Amino acid sequence: MALNDLFTQELKVINMGLESFHDELKSQHVQTVQVAWKPRAGGSQKMLSLLNKLKKVSSSKEKAG
Amino acid sequence: MLGALIRKNAYYDSVTLMLISQDLKEQAGVQEVLVGMGTELNLDLVRNLEMFSPELEPVGPNDMFIAAKFDEQQTSFQAIETAFDELISKKSADSNGNYQPPTLKSALRQLPDANLVQISIPGQYASAEVEEALNAGLHVMLFSDNVPIEDELRLKKKAVEKGLLLMGPDCGTAIINGVPLCFANAVKRGKIGVVGASGTGTQEVTTLIDKLGEGLSQVIGTGGRDLSEAVGGLMMLQGFDALITDPETEVIVLISKPPAAAVAKKIYDRAKTSPKPVVIDFIGGDAQAIREAGAYPCLSFEDAAAKAVALLRGEPVQDQDSLRMADSALEELLTAELGRLQPEQTKLLGLYTGGTLADEAMKFLGQKTAIYSNIPLSPELALENMPAAGGHLILDLGEDQFTRGRAHPMIDPLTRSEFFSSRVDGQTAIVLLDLVLGYGSHADPAKAVVQSVLEARARLAREGKDLVVVASVTGTDQDPQDLGSSTRTLKQAGIIVMPSNAQAVRLVSRMMEKMHSGAENGA
Repeated sequence: MALNDLFTQELKVINMGLESFHDELKSQHVQTVQVAWKPRAGGSQKMLSLLNKLKKVSSSKEKAG
Repeated sequence: MLGALIRKNAYYDSVTLMLISQDLKEQAGVQEVLVGMGTELNLDLVRNLEMFSPELEPVGPNDMFIAAKFDEQQTSFQAIETAFDELISKKSADSNGNYQPPTLKSALRQLPDANLVQISIPGQYASAEVEEALNAGLHVMLFSDNVPIEDELRLKKKAVEKGLLLMGPDCGTAIINGVPLCFANAVKRGKIGVVGASGTGTQEVTTLIDKLGEGLSQVIGTGGRDLSEAVGGLMMLQGFDALITDPETEVIVLISKPPAAAVAKKIYDRAKTSPKPVVIDFIGGDAQAIREAGAYPCLSFEDAAAKAVALLRGEPVQDQDSLRMADSALEELLTAELGRLQPEQTKLLGLYTGGTLADEAMKFLGQKTAIYSNIPLSPELALENMPAAGGHLILDLGEDQFTRGRAHPMIDPLTRSEFFSSRVDGQTAIVLLDLVLGYGSHADPAKAVVQSVLEARARLAREGKDLVVVASVTGTDQDPQDLGSSTRTLKQAGIIVMPSNAQAVRLVSRMMEKMHSGAENGA
């Protein structure tokens, strides 16, 4: 999406984090979805790095396939 | 009596938990309570409040905890827990029970034509989410701070390649297509476009443009580090280019603290070829270099707004360099206000929620006298170097050192209330402050300031003293808090309200001159 295209579109927002920001957007009738965000891999760095490795493997398989 | 509990793997955002902590503190019999995620920072706070109990030993950063100190004659920990559950379920009900997808990918299935992601999760997790958003072709508003600068550079390069905005990290304000994001004001739409690297500075300029009767096309934030040598102004240049080609924008305003020299040069080079007039407020930047680039340098945020409006209207562009008050009215005001002070009341205390506004105040007042601060103009003026006998002090209450375990003072006015209690003393003559309205900010910051001022005055009255309070309000009449009613609330409490931070600062400067000359004449 080119930057100036954004200026001609209706703004639609995915909000991740403070719900008050989501509420403010809704109060202005902006279309918005709140993500029920939680730290990936329960915040475990070890688990996160394993997941990232898996992700890389699966994306390279997808490309190869 | 102490009580504590842990809820494993329960995640709530920090603002929600802070607001709930405040509500719980108001329950009968509750002496102190802290609800938070089990981060080291929060656990330090629990220890400092002497509320750490063995139940909290197993808590981890992904667990939520409640720690409380209470009077067992009046309440129980069970009652506090029940109150917490009621508050949190009320909060969820407020969010109208809509399904909340757990990831960006699933959110995109719910809103497939989303074009922007607003991210305010803890900084250490933010880069991965930003990367995913950019890969999905989405613009990003990144409010989170504590994002490594290497990540910022890498992700901004990616954004530029893809023609996307990455506003942030640590970006507090933007208005895209008329929609205020994070902390921003309800301003008219119009023909002035802004790219800003400093949040409250941008809010001040945009609200003043609105007050002057003009409107904004786009307000693009960059985050405070964008114009550092490391990041190279990637987003300011990207935003600048976008405004140059945007047919709605006729005048461009750029706002930042002074950039790294190499970055400033890139911006000046771009300004030289801009077909649209460019106003540059680099808050104490090199005015001559800006002029040589064919752009308009500024003396203050107020000056930036006035110049942008003059350029848009084809009117002469003049420096706004004076206090806009008739001499007789000024003299009357000075006599009345300063006449209520005792001779030993000589000190200025600035209590700012907006860091850039505090900086603007110091740059002006600091030319004539030493101003100590937690964001000092030079290292010898750091807060810890303030003489025991006292000195003039301007604080940015939004800095991390004052917001540990609580929300930014624009959301939670308690921080400033506490500074009124601890810092206003028998030497204080003038309190200078800002009130930043708009989306994201506290629902009624004027009321909190008035309460603090009344308490401070009552305390000083016992020593036969009074206090001069000068404020400015960054906001518009369309803001949820309403500029007009906030201003009236302040004025009714005897607070002098000036039309901009620059005007408030200029008035305070005249007050300090008068106090100084009075002291000399008296000696």
